[in-house]
Amino acid sequence: MPTHQLDPNLWIDKYADYLFNYTIVRVKDRETAEDLVQETFLAGLKSMENFKGEASERTWLISILKRKIIDYYRKINSKKGQAEVRVNYSGDGESEGDWLEERVADNFDMNAEDSMQNEELGLAIEDCIMKLPEKQAKIFRMKTILGYDTETICNELNITPSNLWVIIHRARTALMSCMEENWY
Amino acid sequence: MEEKKSFLFVTCDEAKQICDKSQYGEASHWERIKLNIRLSWCRVTRAYTQNNKKLTEMMKQAKLETVEDKRKQDMKKKLQEEMAK
Repeated sequence: MPTHQLDPNLWIDKYADYLFNYTIVRVKDRETAEDLVQETFLAGLKSMENFKGEASERTWLISILKRKIIDYYRKINSKKGQAEVRVNYSGDGESEGDWLEERVADNFDMNAEDSMQNEELGLAIEDCIMKLPEKQAKIFRMKTILGYDTETICNELNITPSNLWVIIHRARTALMSCMEENWY
Repeated sequence: MEEKKSFLFVTCDEAKQICDKSQYGEASHWERIKLNIRLSWCRVTRAYTQNNKKLTEMMKQAKLETVEDKRKQDMKKKLQEEMAK
């Protein structure tokens, strides 16, 4: 029985950053990553009928995004010429058919163990940020990820510095306990 | 009679806030001195500081990125346009 439902009105707020971080480590270009995330949401909207409710909304969107990333590399591949990419393929040379899919599934261009670990860590933190109330998540992202200074955030959101530090404190406390549960 | 607190004394909550600020390099010299004094005897502040530093380290290690607000608004607009079709 289907247990999950789709709500496209919430997709950007809930998943844009998660999908973006998933993509940026694979395509290494901000603008391309943002475009792929955007395309994923639009494709998701078009194929909502195919959603069976067995996977979570996010897992379903990630599966669409994976295909978008594969398509992106196929496009690049056909532009550059296949030989160039095949030289870099670290497979055994006999698996002709699904080589591209294998590489994307196996973290394209990220062979180093620490890169994979950092990606897992990043997605675990993203999971925890997603659980914060919207305002806390937004201010935490502005302060910690975008590195905005206190004054800029206060002016933009019309809050006082002491409000900001209270919100940051709540966000950090919740994140510490979430990471304690999910990561260590 | 109420005991007069030293100007170097901070409460646990104040110490936590200084600790938060210092994760972003925004704690003043005096605030850091006050925090350090409290850290020398308060276990709660010490535990908080330790976990807070760990979170900062993890954030650095993960190199997380975020989609800028303006771009998110564009995405929302496009999605809503599609939904309205």
